[in-house]
Amino acid sequence: MNTASATQDEHEIEHDHKPKGLMRWVLTTNHKDIGSLYLMFSFLMFLVGGAMAMVIRAELYQPGLQIVEPNFFNQMTTVHGLIMVFGAVMPAFTGLANWLIPMMIGAPDMALPRMNNWSFWILPMAFSILLASLFMEGGGPNFGWTFYAPLSTTYSPDSTALFVFAVHIMGISSILGAINVVVTIVNMRAPGMTYMKMPLFVWTWLITAFLLIAVMPVLAATVTMVLTDKYFGTSFFAAAGGGDPVLFQHIFWFFGHPEVYIMILPSFGIISAIIPAFSRKKLFGYSSMVYATASIALLSFLVWAHHMFTTGMPVAAELFFMYCTMLISVPTGVKVFNWVATMWRGSLTFETPMLFAIAFIVLFTIGGFSGLMLAITPVDFQYHDTYFVVAHFHYVLVTGAIFSIMAACYYWLPKWTGHMYDERLGKMHFWASVISVNVLFFPMHFLGLAGMPRRVPDYALQFADFNQLVSIGGFAFGLSQLIFLVVLIKCARGGKKAPAKPWEGSEGLEWNMPSPAPYHSHTTPPEIK
Amino acid sequence: MTDSTSLAQRNKRLIVKLFSAIAVMFCFGFALVPLYDVFCEVTGINGRNVVRSSQASVLIDKSRIVRLEFTTSISPGMPWHFKPMTKYIDVHPGENKVVRFSAFNPTSSQIIGQAIPSVSPGPASLYLNKTECFCFDQQALNAGENVEMGLVFFISPDIPKHIKTMTLSYTLFNVTDSVATQEIAALF
Repeated sequence: MNTASATQDEHEIEHDHKPKGLMRWVLTTNHKDIGSLYLMFSFLMFLVGGAMAMVIRAELYQPGLQIVEPNFFNQMTTVHGLIMVFGAVMPAFTGLANWLIPMMIGAPDMALPRMNNWSFWILPMAFSILLASLFMEGGGPNFGWTFYAPLSTTYSPDSTALFVFAVHIMGISSILGAINVVVTIVNMRAPGMTYMKMPLFVWTWLITAFLLIAVMPVLAATVTMVLTDKYFGTSFFAAAGGGDPVLFQHIFWFFGHPEVYIMILPSFGIISAIIPAFSRKKLFGYSSMVYATASIALLSFLVWAHHMFTTGMPVAAELFFMYCTMLISVPTGVKVFNWVATMWRGSLTFETPMLFAIAFIVLFTIGGFSGLMLAITPVDFQYHDTYFVVAHFHYVLVTGAIFSIMAACYYWLPKWTGHMYDERLGKMHFWASVISVNVLFFPMHFLGLAGMPRRVPDYALQFADFNQLVSIGGFAFGLSQLIFLVVLIKCARGGKKAPAKPWEGSEGLEWNMPSPAPYHSHTTPPEIK
Repeated sequence: MTDSTSLAQRNKRLIVKLFSAIAVMFCFGFALVPLYDVFCEVTGINGRNVVRSSQASVLIDKSRIVRLEFTTSISPGMPWHFKPMTKYIDVHPGENKVVRFSAFNPTSSQIIGQAIPSVSPGPASLYLNKTECFCFDQQALNAGENVEMGLVFFISPDIPKHIKTMTLSYTLFNVTDSVATQEIAALF
């Protein structure tokens, strides 16, 4: 730690009793170490889940069955989804929360550091169990990440118990992480840091944490019912015993829809930090952003059945869920317009974080629009379970959530490592990603509209050309992420020294700390203006 | 020092609240099961909750005719043949009617079946009253046994005017294994 403020660092070093080597990481209770662990783990999972996507795209490169068995294909789509949702996106956000929230609110660390250590270290266990189930006799989970009953009960492989326990552990991990975030934000803010002065990343994470606390237990209940239905003869979802398979979908999506906002709200916070920094203007409409986030979170509890329009709901219910879903575009629109208004007449520069942030706004909006199309009940009957849905949720999750995570990494890397990342490589990564991701996902819209169902290892001949194009885009996008890996490793190992505030227009307490940020954040509360 | 103890206390209080919220939401997940049943029963949404009536109807609305269609399906793992003996029947609301379903067990062992009804359109299920039905109980058929199973029903005279046709579907499930487990469990 040879940073500019030498006196403060000497003071810090006295407090560092960290063990060396591997045990430092196993035993750590430091929010920055745990943040780094979360981020590294999520990147590893991103590569593992990505490799599964490559298997899927290789099989779909041409019609017919070439590379994998249909059952293995189904395992790939299922585990790809589970890993990307619970292993890549959610832990990345928790990692960012760990790194940034204490620095942003002027706290020395997270409120519950020991629990923090646990909430991270049970994650690798969960994913070891899940990945190990792929090697069991009969294969791993093959019923889709949504594990609809009776696919996950009557017809599931013997390894389903492993899937259930893995999801339980992932859920416990996110719940512990969420509790830590809430307690930190509510009790550890520096004097003078009122709620309405908090950076939006902190705000969006506070709301996300409440969503997690509300719905992760419901997911735990759902998988528990699947477990008892499969192994202990209960009939929650079995019609023969008086249950109802449609009930599964209601309970699952009661969790599932807030879950998709869990995966996007922190992105809104990240973009709301980056856009003003590179526009050199204050964020337009701060308080409206806070209220918009809160209303999106509340509305997310009233829209779950828009995933179920084709289950034979009464028309009145379909209309209710359709209108509620469309209502969500209002607060989301407020956000998009606020970001655009922030850029309006700003003095913009286009460093890599800004490029990813702008791509986020454009491409996330495309995902939002296809979501609006899916919300329209009568046409949803055509789009349901087709590649149109696949295109939609990959636009909001890949070019939405994952692009925002990449933007965040580029934006805060100088603060984390003390080095500037390689801007040339970063731009290469951006352009390779943004072009390939559109080649990958945009044609899927047309495939879906033309009637290609999702989760199939083979397809009708007329879809062949577009699928080839999609696969090429997929391979290119996968390879582009290796550039990101190079950027991260290069930046961690060295590079141009980063000043405390590498971005001219950035605001927030974290930029008042030296780069790299000292092991313990604000040991004395900072002054809030 | 007072400041730090109060922080620990505040943390503790908040953690207790958050954990109780988590416990409540976990229970809520399970509570959705009975809530769903009650909701469906009140609104008739998913067509499962056919009314079980203890007495026959007395009022007959001769001015209207409602067509009731019958269809059956067999769930995987159930070897029985199962057919409605009447494809459809036209009835006046309030009129008591009997229809029969035939079931045949082609295997060489005893099998226990359970039929689960479903009515479409869903809300119409609230007006279909069954006074007797084979679906009220589990049915055991010996090897090669053939039976006719009866259903006695009437349609409530207060059925909305716009419902002119309704379909009653039965899905037959093989419950032999779960019955065996329950019987073994009952021995202990």
